[in-house]
Amino acid sequence: MSENAIGFESDAHPVLAIEDLTVSFDGFKAVDKLNLYVQRNEVRVVIGPNGAGKTTVLDLICGKTRATSGSIKFNNHELTKMSEHAIVRVGVGRKFQTPSIYENLSVFENLEMSFPRGRKVFGALTFKRSPDVVARVEAVAAEIFLDQQLHTQADLLSHGQKQWLEIGMLLMQEPELLMLDEPVAGMSVSEREKTAELLGRISQGRSVVVIEHDMDFVKSIAHKVTVLHQGKILAEGSMEKVQSDPKVIDVYLGH
Amino acid sequence: MNAAYEKLLGGRSGALGLLVMAVLLLVVFPLTMDMFRLNLVGKYLSYAFVAVGLVLCWGYGGILSLGQGVFFGLGGYCMAMFLKLEASDPISTKIQSTPGIPDFMDWNQITALPAMWEPFHSFAFTILAVLVVPTALAMLIGLAMFKRRVGDVYFSIVTQAIAAILSILIIGQQGLTGGVNGITDLKTLMGWDIRTDHAKLVLYFVNAGLLFGCILFGRYVLGSKLGRLLVAMRDKEERVRFSGYDVASFKVFVFCAAAMFSAIGGAMFTLQVGFMSPSFVGIVPSIEMVIFAAVGGRMSLLGAVYGTLLVNFGKTYFSETFPELWLFLMGGLFIAVVMYFPNGLAGLWQTQGKRLMDKLRGQSKPVAPVAAEAAKPVSRASTPEPKRDGIEPGATLEASK
Repeated sequence: MSENAIGFESDAHPVLAIEDLTVSFDGFKAVDKLNLYVQRNEVRVVIGPNGAGKTTVLDLICGKTRATSGSIKFNNHELTKMSEHAIVRVGVGRKFQTPSIYENLSVFENLEMSFPRGRKVFGALTFKRSPDVVARVEAVAAEIFLDQQLHTQADLLSHGQKQWLEIGMLLMQEPELLMLDEPVAGMSVSEREKTAELLGRISQGRSVVVIEHDMDFVKSIAHKVTVLHQGKILAEGSMEKVQSDPKVIDVYLGH
Repeated sequence: MNAAYEKLLGGRSGALGLLVMAVLLLVVFPLTMDMFRLNLVGKYLSYAFVAVGLVLCWGYGGILSLGQGVFFGLGGYCMAMFLKLEASDPISTKIQSTPGIPDFMDWNQITALPAMWEPFHSFAFTILAVLVVPTALAMLIGLAMFKRRVGDVYFSIVTQAIAAILSILIIGQQGLTGGVNGITDLKTLMGWDIRTDHAKLVLYFVNAGLLFGCILFGRYVLGSKLGRLLVAMRDKEERVRFSGYDVASFKVFVFCAAAMFSAIGGAMFTLQVGFMSPSFVGIVPSIEMVIFAAVGGRMSLLGAVYGTLLVNFGKTYFSETFPELWLFLMGGLFIAVVMYFPNGLAGLWQTQGKRLMDKLRGQSKPVAPVAAEAAKPVSRASTPEPKRDGIEPGATLEASK
């Protein structure tokens, strides 16, 4: 840890420790010897121009893409060698860029589907909607502003509500690390504000990694910002520091 | 009890659909048909097992297997091996050069019963083999394919290749399997002559009972969280995977269930028809079975049964009257279903039949049928659920015939 984070304690055991991570697609290094550390209770925003490798980093953490070399340590689990569902089960949740929900199920059923019980074949066959499941679903629905739409079919929700629903589905899993790929894309101004408030609340007790382009939104949520460029870290630190960095202005913010 | 009613029978409408089918299969057909026709229906119903399995794995799981004949055939062959051994006792085969072995082995200069036939002297083993052998094969194929994320059309092609391979293998190993003729001339089941009218009647009812068992099991699966996961996987596989589920294991399960259904159908086919041959294993029968499910409605367990009956009645009628035209007709039917009624007869009944019924009842109900359906609490537990597109497991089909 070369640099101390601002605003919260930075101990020697980050929740997520990415070291020397490299992935190459036919010789093209989408991520190149990346080092990234995320602490508990931290909201980290990753920004950068298109093709900088932001989404690839999330793909690598959640196991969707396999690393060429390097390590991703999450609470002493080496994620690069685990299967996707095992990574989820140790506490990593990931939201996709476009809302990825089950459109012909209700909001309730969408959330219930992510309840961390009955995840194996026979567990799913005998899964019962017990009171604790209902209570948990209702609590999460209230958190994501959808408690009035609990029995609405998901494809009838607005775009912003679908984004919240997917965040809610992740919350059902009680992840320790939450990764959100452009959570406010396509949201109205008031929805953005509510999402910022939501992120502030749900980052308590867990770590959140967000990819985002909207600078106002980034300012309102980020504890620390990492700027990626061509698979490498260009700058890292507080929003003010990053914004005034001439390199960052040159490749990203200036345009 | 109430939970079982909701889950297995699918509530009032699901129970009604099941009841109509039960009356049709268990009362109307046996009373109105002569033994020859009833036996024919029994044969069709043994194909319906495959179609019901396809509703689970294709309709809901999105796994289109073009090789279900493999499992139907394996189940049928296991049963045929037992019956053949019983029919080949030393006394009735005393004119053979080696008495006591099946006749086709004798014709192929085989002088001792092959080791793989030995355990089929036991009926208990045979029943176990009918259930386990095809399911184990399905598991093997499923693990090999789904763990490597082979899906969609590639999976279909592989299953089709397996169907071709198995039928070629059976035909090639004449001394072991009876070759292209199959295993014929089956007589008794533990001393009970299966060729008599009485035996055929009993077997018809056993067959129908087992079919209802499979339908109920299918309803249980589709009504559980696993059923919702299957649909979720079909539409958003990545989301399911990144919600902590091992997607492959669910696909393997549903593929195995479909294989086991097919195998039971195959065994019942052998018992009712009295022989088994490679012509029920290969590509053509496997695709025909997919057509049964498609015509009936791939999202409806009951629809698959009606589809099977209808296509087979059609086949019998047309192939007697216009033998050259039948294959074209069948192809045309499949194309028409895919293009115009993607949910088959069951889908047609859902959209048209209910409207018709409401009209027949007179406009006594002011609300549209769909709205009435949505307003009615239909869920299994405390919370109402929205009506989905596609057909619910509890979909009724009583008037589609």
